[in-house]
This record gives sequence, C-alpha cells and structure tokens, in this order.
Amino acid sequence: MARTAFLQGNEAVLEGALAAGARFYAGYPITPSSEIAELASWRLPGLGGVFIQMEDEIASMAALVGAAMAGAKAFTATSGPGFSLMQENIGLAVMVEAPCVVINVMRSGPSTGLATKPAQADIMQARWGTHGDHPAVALVPSSVSECFSLTVAAFNLAERLRTPVFVLSDEILGHMRERADIPDTEALEIWDRPRPAGDPADYRPYRPGPDGVPPLGTFGGPYVFHVTSSMHDERGVSANDAKTAAASVARLVGKVSRNAQWLPRPEVVRSGGGGEGGTGAGRPVLIVAFGSSARAARQTMLDHPDHPLTLFRPRTLWPFPEAELSALVDGHAAVVVAEMNTGQLVGEIERITAGRRAVGLAWRSDGEIITPEEIWAAVRRTLGGDGR
Amino acid sequence: MSTYLDYLDENALPLMWCPGCGDGTILKALLGAFATLGLKRENTVVVTGIGCWGKADDYIRTNAIHGTHGRALAVATGVKAFRPGLTVVALMGDGDCATIGGNHFIHAARRNIGVTAIVANNLNYGMTGGQFSGTTPVGSRTSTSPFGHTENPFDLCRLAEAAGANFVARTTAYHFKQMGQLMVEALQEPGFSLVEVVSPCPTYFGRFNKQGSASEMWRSLKERARAVGPGGTEAPAEAGSLEAPPDDGPDAPILTGRLVSRHKPSFAERYAAVQATAARAGEGAEPDAR
Repeated sequence: MARTAFLQGNEAVLEGALAAGARFYAGYPITPSSEIAELASWRLPGLGGVFIQMEDEIASMAALVGAAMAGAKAFTATSGPGFSLMQENIGLAVMVEAPCVVINVMRSGPSTGLATKPAQADIMQARWGTHGDHPAVALVPSSVSECFSLTVAAFNLAERLRTPVFVLSDEILGHMRERADIPDTEALEIWDRPRPAGDPADYRPYRPGPDGVPPLGTFGGPYVFHVTSSMHDERGVSANDAKTAAASVARLVGKVSRNAQWLPRPEVVRSGGGGEGGTGAGRPVLIVAFGSSARAARQTMLDHPDHPLTLFRPRTLWPFPEAELSALVDGHAAVVVAEMNTGQLVGEIERITAGRRAVGLAWRSDGEIITPEEIWAAVRRTLGGDGR
Repeated sequence: MSTYLDYLDENALPLMWCPGCGDGTILKALLGAFATLGLKRENTVVVTGIGCWGKADDYIRTNAIHGTHGRALAVATGVKAFRPGLTVVALMGDGDCATIGGNHFIHAARRNIGVTAIVANNLNYGMTGGQFSGTTPVGSRTSTSPFGHTENPFDLCRLAEAAGANFVARTTAYHFKQMGQLMVEALQEPGFSLVEVVSPCPTYFGRFNKQGSASEMWRSLKERARAVGPGGTEAPAEAGSLEAPPDDGPDAPILTGRLVSRHKPSFAERYAAVQATAARAGEGAEPDAR
C-alpha cells in the first residue's frame, strides 16, 4: 500500500532497492553511506537474500558481478574513496554486461577529504572513471522520495540494459529526513533482465536482442555460458580482431543511447513568468542544477518571484538529456549551472549550449551546501550589466 | 561414466601455453576431477583472473567468468554466496592469488566460503614476461629482479591455514594422480579449499635461473616432493604443524599432500541459519540488539 513516511535518503534508497527486487548486497562500510549497508544486513536475510560485507570495495564490486551472473539483482553503496576502488570492476560489469546498481552517496574530496560533508564532485568519475570506451548511466535524486523512485529506476535500467547503473546521492540527501512518498510495491513497474529462450545448445550470451541487449542466463540454470573481461564474440569467447572489437564497443555504448527513452526525464520548473514569453521583470535565465543543488536553486526561484527563471533539473545525469536542454537554451538570455564542485557539469552545458548564450557557474567545493544567494549572484553576474 | 573430455572445449585447442608448462597437465587433472565427481556443467562455475593459468577457462565447457587480475576469489564469492548449491572453482596463478589478490585470498579463507582455489604456482608472472611474484624465492633472477630477488616469498598453504581454510593441500604438476585425488577432495569441501600446484615455467623462471630444460624442471619437481599424510614418506601434518620449506632455493623440498583438513562450518551453513532466524522474525523486524 502506498504510504507516506518520514525517512532519510539512505533509508529510502534501501526501500527502493528491496521494492525493485534486490536480493544481494556486497559492500564495505563508508561514511556517509553506511546506513544502507546496515539496513541491507537487517532486511535481506529475512527475504531469502544475502548481505555480505567484503574486505574492500574492489571485492564488493567483483562480488556483484558474480552474484548478478548467478541471477541476483545485486547492489552496493559507497562514497568517493570506495567508488574509486570500484572503478576497475565497474569496467568488468560493463564488459561482461552484468546488471547491478552502485549507490554513491557523494562526499567532499579529494581523497579522504571532508568525510562527513557533501559534494557533487564524483560526476565525471561516474562518467569516465573506469578505463576504456564505455557507456555510463547515472541517476541523480533530489529528494528522499526520489531516493526511492530513482533507485527503483536504477535497478530497472540495470536489468533492461545489462549494465551497471549509478545512483549519485550526496551526504545531504543521504542523511536528511523529510516526508517521502513510498508507492505501493504492487503498483511499481519492475523489470527483469531479458532471459534466453530456446535450445540451450544454441544460446549465445552476447547475441543481442532487438534492442541491442543480449538475453542473460543464470548460473545453475539450463543455459551454460561463459563471460569474459576480454574482448569477445557472441559466444563469450575471447576474440582479438579489430572488427569484433569495433562492433562490441559500438554495441556497448549504443545499447544505452538507442534506448534513451527508458531513462528518467528531466524536470523543468518555471517561475516569474520564466522562459519564452516571460512576463516578469528581467531577462529569463535557465538554471541547470541536480541533486541537492537543485533544491537550493528552487529556493532562488522562490526568493526572486518576479524574475523569470527556469530550472532544468536532470534526473538522469548520464547520458545527459542533451536534446531537452538544448531546446530550452534559445528562449533564455543566459544559462547558469549550479553544482557542488569546481565546475564539472558546466563544461558539458557549454558544449550543449554551443556558444548560443553565456553560461555562468555557481559553484562551491568546501563541504558546505551551495546557497540560493550564491546561485542568484551567478544569475546576475551572467546576465551582466544591471543583472536584470 | 564421464571423462575429462566431457568438460574440455576441444574447439579451443591447441592450448596456448608454452611447451613444458604445467598448466595443461593441471587442466587435465581438474577436468578429470570434475568427471570423477560427475559434476553437472550447468551447476559448475569456473572463475579465473588474469595470467597464464587464468586463461584456462577458455578450454572448459562449464559456466565461467574470466574477470579481472587478482579478483577471481571475490567474483567467486559473489556467485557462491548467492547460490551455495553451485560448485565454484577459482583458477589463479601465484601473481593472481598470492600477490595482487592476496587480500581476497586470506579473506576467502577466513570467511570459509565454499570455493575451491586451484593455484598454479610457477614462482613468477609468466604472462607478462617473467617478473617476480609473491611466491618468488629469495635470490631468484626474474625480469624485475635481475640481481636476485630480495623479498621473502609467501608459503600459500601456511597462509591459507592461518587464515582459516578448511582444506589445504599442495602437489606438483608432475604428481598427476595425487593432484587429481586432492582436487576431488577439495571440490567436495563445503568450506574454503586450496590446492596449490607447484608448476614449472621453463620459458621464464627456469631459463632465468638456469634450471635446465623443461624435462629437467619436471624431474626436479618429482625429486623434491615429500609427501605427507597417509601413504606419504613424512609424518602426517596436523593443523598448525605445517613445516615451512627449509629454504627457497631450487633444491628445497616441496611438502605435498593434504596438509590441513578440518570441519568448521562454512559461510553458507552459517548464513543459512541467519536467513532462517531473520525469516522467523518476519520482514521488517529488527534484531534484538543493534
């Protein structure tokens, strides 16, 4: 039954994972994500699931790949230092196409940094952290309710796409308690990985289905199969030729982009008669913000109700909803990006804006939340002149 | 009656390993052990890392994951923890298991997870050109110890014993029959099991250390082996009584046989009890004490 609950983001993530059918957790404790591990250790065994605390995050990510091939919906939770350690085996999951979910409750770095304070500085690591050409799927909740709903979405995407999916939360969301809407589990749309059919002797673990995603057997089931971190052909057997390599990389990357309609769409909020045909005083500004920063941006809009402001808040950070953002640019006088790092997303926004409008940046990288005032200052700075 | 051929992918032949390498012999012994036990291909999972012996999965017709360097036991732990009914085997060299993967090795043994580790120990990194590993003897010449190796090697069996493995055995690539028997025992162990197979690398380690031809290296394994336990020439080993190799030189004896066999509950056994307790408590119930 749908319910309203008073939860912290880390709790909502765990509820979302269970609702999505997660039955395997392997992880290593790290602030500010540890509540997710603790809750998993309480809740999974009673559901017939498995919680295992591994020796490090390298092993945690490796165990997810093993459990995924054994049929589990598998996940882990971590923060920056652990996310760094996971990168090699995230690549393994990409290459063998193991569905799994990694929650990164982002904290301030570099290195140990400010271990108990928030940041949004792992977004490029999420995109490019593991070596080689690869796709990346990262969802960015902005509320406790979304910690639930986007974790469900992350499992669905991991299963449908057969790829690791990241949920990039942060210390604020993870530890903040607020009202959360938890839908009825029965009402949720839940996806499982595509399964093979037909004669097991004919099963090819890397022969893609119509959407570019190959059906996945289960160790212990009738379909015996071989997966490998090396470049491989449809049978999962190592193949070193350039033609196979080119086709494999193209399919791995392409299976995400061609199925972009499965990804959670951005939220667009207008105020002050913002956007095209705005009636408010001042030239309209498009603010791009995600996660906790987007909450500050909403306050900026409330604080300045007469200025036309549009918030573009991606729920899917990677792949970035490029077309949706691009369509909004021309209706605004300027674009401002707000993020809790020294400027990682802004480069992507400049690329999409392609010189059509000035792009400003409100940033903060000291372990404190970005403020509505800082975002407003960036709006005025970017507009130039009298800041209207 | 099945034979090793039922598990061998003959389409993948010839074997990639160098002439004189022990890996082909170890592969045959392993697949023979599968046959002896009548393992079902669909219920068997072979996990490998990176290295010469880490390529063995290419020739095996069970389920398999060829993963990342050093992480085979961590991947295998995920498989076994989620599906304890499967037979899970991790194939690693000394670089994979004892060096980059050392942390996973001791923790898999401590956790007593029901994975069988078959470690081909050829005292160096063959795949990358003969650099030293965590089992390279002091003084040995390798690609990265041209003046003689300065670090002490691990004794993998003692390490596994101290870390808590239920079953620990050592053999050599030469001792084909003993190797097969130990693998059969290891594969039936509910907790963590290790079979270390000391194996020749004539291409690098043997050549760099002037150990003669491949056949001379194989003869040396035959002559240096000292079997312990039933039928052996040495006294049976008790848990905690393993003798270290007296030294690490090319003439050092190699203690072989079943070195440790004990019956502590496996990870699966203990976790099944946790699942039963938690299920009785009901979903959402909190444990008695945090």
